[in-house]
Amino acid sequence: MDLTQNHFELFGFPVTFDIDTQQLTERYRDLQRTLHPDRFANVGDRERRLSIQRTAQVNEAFQTLKSPLQRARYLLQLKGVSFDDERDTHLKPAFLMEQIELRETLAAIPQQDDALTALNDFVNDIRSRKQTMEARLQALLVKDDPDSLGEAKQTIQEMQFLARLQQEADETEEILVGDL
Amino acid sequence: MAYSNKVIDHYENPRNVGAMDKDDSHVGTGMVGAPACGDVMRLQIKVNEEGVIEDAKFKTYGCGSAIASSSLLTEWVKGKSLDEAASIKNTEIAEELELPPVKIHCSVLAEDAIKAAINDYKEKQNGADVAKRA
Repeated sequence: MDLTQNHFELFGFPVTFDIDTQQLTERYRDLQRTLHPDRFANVGDRERRLSIQRTAQVNEAFQTLKSPLQRARYLLQLKGVSFDDERDTHLKPAFLMEQIELRETLAAIPQQDDALTALNDFVNDIRSRKQTMEARLQALLVKDDPDSLGEAKQTIQEMQFLARLQQEADETEEILVGDL
Repeated sequence: MAYSNKVIDHYENPRNVGAMDKDDSHVGTGMVGAPACGDVMRLQIKVNEEGVIEDAKFKTYGCGSAIASSSLLTEWVKGKSLDEAASIKNTEIAEELELPPVKIHCSVLAEDAIKAAINDYKEKQNGADVAKRA
């Protein structure tokens, strides 16, 4: 057992963004099986402790690699790109302007006559924006030069705003459906 | 998480919510965002000929602490010179609103927003000066 392996190594993948997510799930199940607590019922404290650590490591690695956004973030960190989400407040003004407009649009949806249809259109719009950003992120990570990695970081941060917008849209939907 | 009474007051009765014409040469607009939580903030100031902030407006999409931080800041900057407004520290906002450590970044967002608005205003003024001289 090697607790110093990075998440990609742990699952036997090369350190790249493009991984086979089906393979990821299969290997996760295999690893879980080898780490099942029943297997460690009759071993000493030290080995049991190690198996618990290993289980935590496997779970964290799986959760990180499963999400394209988290996987990209982790990959950049391995390449030495650091994130400080609480201090990096200066994003592209045009992007922030667009985000504020999207939030305004979303906030106005519940007052519309056919609110659920409007919300549905809105959610589809967010989904297509997300796909565009994911494709851009993938292309940047494949290029793998310093400029591209810097842009990839920016794209990841922008995707985090989109994730929040998605969450707000989901909450709006719950309220609308609840009112029916 | 428990919000302080001051945060709740600003959250329920936010001061100076709104928008100004961003193309007005007397208006400075600052836009910032926090990637950690996806909060977005727009803070605008209107500056008179003496270089004093006459009015301030904000619009924040975010948590209670982010809304309270920007609401409080718009109250504070009114009547201040640009230099005075630029010297406001996030720690003063956090202290006034009794923000818990996990919400300090909301006050950072507000400080960065006013700085960005002041920069935008100054850039506009410099641009106007250059145009006049040309």
